[in-house]
Amino acid sequence: MAQIFKSSTNSLARTSIVLALVVLGGTGGALFELIADSTYATRQGDAREQPIPFSHAHHNGSMGIDCRYCHNSVENSDWSAIPPTKTCMNCHSQIWIDSPTLEPVRESYRTNTSIKWTKVYDLPDYVYFNHSIHVKKGVGCETCHGRVDQMALTYQAPTLEMRWCLDCHRNPEQYLRPRDQVTKMGYEPSEPQEVIGARLVKEYNVQKLETCWTCHR
Amino acid sequence: MSQPVELPDQIYVGPVIDEGHSLASVSDKVGGIVLKRKTTLGWVFGLIVAFGLLQALMASATWLLIKGVGVWGINIPVGWGFAIINFVWWIGIGHAGTLISAILLLLNQSWRNAINRFAEAMTLFAVMCAGMFPVLHTGRPWLAYWLLPYPNTMALWPQFRSPLLWDVFAVTTYLTISAVFWFVGLIPDLATLRDSTRKPWQQKVFGMLSMGWRGSARHWQRYEKASLLLAGMATPLVVSVHTVVSFDFAVSMIPGWHTTIFPPYFVAGAIYSGFAMVLTLMIPVRKFYGLEDIITMRHLNNMAKVTLATALIVGYGYIMEAFFGYFSADVYERFMVWNRMTGPYAVFYYTLIFCNIITPQFLWAKRIRTSPGILWIISIIVNIGMWLERFVIVVTSLHRDFLPSSWGMYAPTIWDFGVFFGTIGLFLFLIFLFVRALPMITIFELRMLLPGARVKEPVAQ
Repeated sequence: MAQIFKSSTNSLARTSIVLALVVLGGTGGALFELIADSTYATRQGDAREQPIPFSHAHHNGSMGIDCRYCHNSVENSDWSAIPPTKTCMNCHSQIWIDSPTLEPVRESYRTNTSIKWTKVYDLPDYVYFNHSIHVKKGVGCETCHGRVDQMALTYQAPTLEMRWCLDCHRNPEQYLRPRDQVTKMGYEPSEPQEVIGARLVKEYNVQKLETCWTCHR
Repeated sequence: MSQPVELPDQIYVGPVIDEGHSLASVSDKVGGIVLKRKTTLGWVFGLIVAFGLLQALMASATWLLIKGVGVWGINIPVGWGFAIINFVWWIGIGHAGTLISAILLLLNQSWRNAINRFAEAMTLFAVMCAGMFPVLHTGRPWLAYWLLPYPNTMALWPQFRSPLLWDVFAVTTYLTISAVFWFVGLIPDLATLRDSTRKPWQQKVFGMLSMGWRGSARHWQRYEKASLLLAGMATPLVVSVHTVVSFDFAVSMIPGWHTTIFPPYFVAGAIYSGFAMVLTLMIPVRKFYGLEDIITMRHLNNMAKVTLATALIVGYGYIMEAFFGYFSADVYERFMVWNRMTGPYAVFYYTLIFCNIITPQFLWAKRIRTSPGILWIISIIVNIGMWLERFVIVVTSLHRDFLPSSWGMYAPTIWDFGVFFGTIGLFLFLIFLFVRALPMITIFELRMLLPGARVKEPVAQ
C-alpha cells in the first residue's frame, strides 16, 4: 500500500504543535497587552475635546488659582462640581472680554444655558465614587488627576483600571498627604513618605476598604 | 480475561462477546459501521430531529442574551431554577462514562470493553451540555472568563472560598481529562480505520487523527501506560466532580442543603443517572446497528445491576434526608421536609420517589434485566426521576426558607424549557455524529476479549 503522507508530514506535525502553543499564548498575551491594558482601551493620557480649550496649566499653574475656587464642592460632596458659567464670568467679564475663543462662555452667560463640557474622568455607572471622603482622608488632587497645573488640555492621567483604585485602597500609606496639602501641585513630603503615610493613616483613621460593596453598591 | 468461571443459571446471562467472532470480524463489524454502512434514512431523520432541538437551544439562548436572565422563571427566592437543575443533571449523567472507562479499567472488568467508548463520548457530550447552564446563568456569558484566575486589570482573583468556583475547576478538569482519555483511546482504532478504508480522503483524515500509530510494541507499551495513567487521573474525578457540585448546595446554609450526606448521595445519584442514560442510548443503538453479539445481554445485565445498586444508595439518601430533618430538631429543617412532602411541590417529590426508588426494584428480576425493551423504559423513568430529584432539591429548599414573608413560588417559562430541550438536542446531535463518524466500540479492546488473543504465559518449571 502506498504511503498516505510524505515523510515531511512528521516535521510538519511537530512544528504545528509548537506553533499552536506559540499562537495561542501569543494571542492571549496580545489580547491582554494590546487591548485590555492599552491606552486605547483605558484612554489614559487622552485629552478630550472640549467646547472651549480650557487650560488648567494657565489658570492653576500660572495664575495659581486654587482647585477649590472652581471645584468648590469637592470637600463636601461626592461630586467635585464643574463650575457654572458665572464662575468663569467673575473674571472674564473684566478680562479677555473680546476674545473670540471665549465667545461660547459669553453666549452661555447670555442665554443662561450650561456649557456642555466633556467628562474626562468617566467612571462606569456601577462604580460609586465620593470626592469628599478622599479629600478628607488626605488624598491629593494630584494623586489621581496628575499634574493638572501642567495640562494645557485636560487629559486622563491614570488608567482608571480597577487595580489602580485597589493599589491605593490596599496601600494608602504610600499615597496620603496632610489635608492642608491636598490641592498642592508638585507636592513633596516633608519627611519620608513611609513615615508620614503611616502616621496619616492612623491620624485620619484611614481604613483599607477592599470589599466589593465599597465601590459597587 | 481469566478462565471462565462456571456460573449458575440464575446468574449467568451469556458471554461478553458472542462466539463466532474473530480478530478480523470485530474490526469489520465495528469499523464497517463507519466505513461501509450507507447513511440510512433513520439516521438522517434522527439527526434532523436532534438538529431541530438544537435550534431551540440557539433561539432560547439568543433570546436570553438579548433580554437577560429575566426571561427564565427564576427570581427571588428561587434564583437557581432550571439552570442549576439541568447542570447537575447533565454533569451527573457524565459520571457513568468515567466510571466505566476508568474504575472498571483499573478493576479489570472485561465487560467494559464493548461500552466504554460510547459511554465516554456520552460523558464528553453531557459535560458540554452541563457547562452551558452556569455560563448562561451568569447573565453575561461573554464575561465567563472572569471565573478563571488570570492576570487582569482589576487586580482581582475569583472568590476561592466559593464552591461555585470549585465547580469551575472541577468541571473544566473533568472535561479535559475525559476528552484526552477518549481521544487517546481512539488512536489505535482510528489507525485501524485508516488502514481499512480505500478512500484517500478518509485515509488522510483518519491518518491525521491517528497521529502516526503503527501498532508497534513500543506504541502499545506507551499506550497502555498512558491509558493507565489517565485512568488513574480520572478515577478520583468520578467521586470528586459531583462532590464539588454537591458543595454548591451543602456549603450554603439553606435548610435541606446544609447536610453532610450530600457528597456521597450526589455521587451515587450521578452514577445512577449515568448508567440509566447509557442504557437509554445503548439499547436502541445496539438494536439499530445489530450489535447484539458485541453488546450482549451480559452488558445490559451488568449495567442494570449497577443501576439497581446505586438506586438503593440513592434511596438510602432520601431516607436519611428525611430522617435528618426530623433528627436535627431544627424547626427549619423539619419544616423543609414537611413542606417537601406536603407542600405545593409534593407531587414532584412523590413522582421522584416512584421513579427513583420504586421503579428500579423491578431490576431485582433477571428476566427484566435481560429484556431490553423493559430495561429501556425503566432507564427513561430513572432519567426523569433523577431530573425531578434535582428539581425537588433546588426548588423546595429555596422557595420557602426562613422567613414566611419571603416565600414564593417557582415556575419555569418556555425559555427554560427551550434551553433544556435544546441541550438534549445538542447531546443527541453529537451522539448521532459520533456513531456515524467514529468507531463507537473500542475495536482493539474487543479483540482482546477473543479466545485467540489470549497469550498463554509459559509456566515456570
